[in-house]
Amino acid sequence: MSAVEGIGDVVAVVLLLLGAFLCLTAGLGLVRFPDVLTRMHAGTKPQVLGVLAIMVGAAIRLQGWSATWMLLLVAAFQMLTAPVSAHMISRVAYRRRHVRRDRLLVDELHTGGEVRDSVYRGDEPADAPPEQPAEALLQSRREDRADGRTAQPPS
Amino acid sequence: MTGGAATPGFGHQLRHQLPLLVWLVLVWNLLWGTWSWANLLSGMLVALAVTLLLPLPPVVGGARVRPLPLLRFLGHFLVDLVSSGALVAWQTVRPRGIDRSAIITVQLRTDSDLLLTILTESLTLVPGSMVIELDRERQVIALHVLHVQDESDVERQRAAVLAEEERVVRAFGSPDEIAALDAAPGESPAGTGRRTP
Repeated sequence: MSAVEGIGDVVAVVLLLLGAFLCLTAGLGLVRFPDVLTRMHAGTKPQVLGVLAIMVGAAIRLQGWSATWMLLLVAAFQMLTAPVSAHMISRVAYRRRHVRRDRLLVDELHTGGEVRDSVYRGDEPADAPPEQPAEALLQSRREDRADGRTAQPPS
Repeated sequence: MTGGAATPGFGHQLRHQLPLLVWLVLVWNLLWGTWSWANLLSGMLVALAVTLLLPLPPVVGGARVRPLPLLRFLGHFLVDLVSSGALVAWQTVRPRGIDRSAIITVQLRTDSDLLLTILTESLTLVPGSMVIELDRERQVIALHVLHVQDESDVERQRAAVLAEEERVVRAFGSPDEIAALDAAPGESPAGTGRRTP
């Protein structure tokens, strides 16, 4: 009897600590990762797994089914909503060009319009003005020409 | 709008709304935490009120659940969930941080709102990938992939997405959609058939 309770407590403690650690790494990832898209990875995966571990640990430790049902609901909605919010945020971030393109290996979504947005290198909104607009535009044109793209529309 | 939707037949509409109703009653009962007839009845009242006052377009049309493929999907999903959580956690704490990432597009073969939703949700939770754009017309999904080093990683990720799609469709799809899996993957966007109703 007491041995079983002891094992249950140990498992619960391990799960709770593991979940807390995973949530900590999610926070660490938010600080350490370079841009919005990678931060969203840190904000979804370890965090969801951490919440799940905490829920299972709490369900073992808290006896009584009513608490368990509530924890089950929390876990289910966590798994349903975290991907959606991460998707929405990263979609907006991509469209507003909060993307560190120097850290991307390929970008197949980027269709390569008339003039690339290579002026904006960093993690900044699309409508942020460049430091020196004329210089930035000239450099963008130069890079386009070096890449073999034609910036001028075919007339 | 609701009056117009009621005309094609109340039974038909009820069949489409039934999973939603059952889910709402279930959530209500789980929130109360204890089972009683009063909870069940009040839950049904609340669920009916919610579905009548806030009508949603039916999504569940034509979906089936096959037990064995469902178990296979869930097993893969749980393993992927744990491994991806551990992997990303390791990447956050290790000293050299993360490698380069990539944005890839994948041509999907499914053409169903429900299946695409399940696929998108599960893809965001499995290793390395996060959906950033879903072109519903052309069935092209765009993912951000954490941690790629070269082209072979990109191709491996693309194959993983297609395998996940196959598991989802085999678990929940209709026979037509499973047949579409075996068709050549390149022909569906240009094909004239397969329109959403």
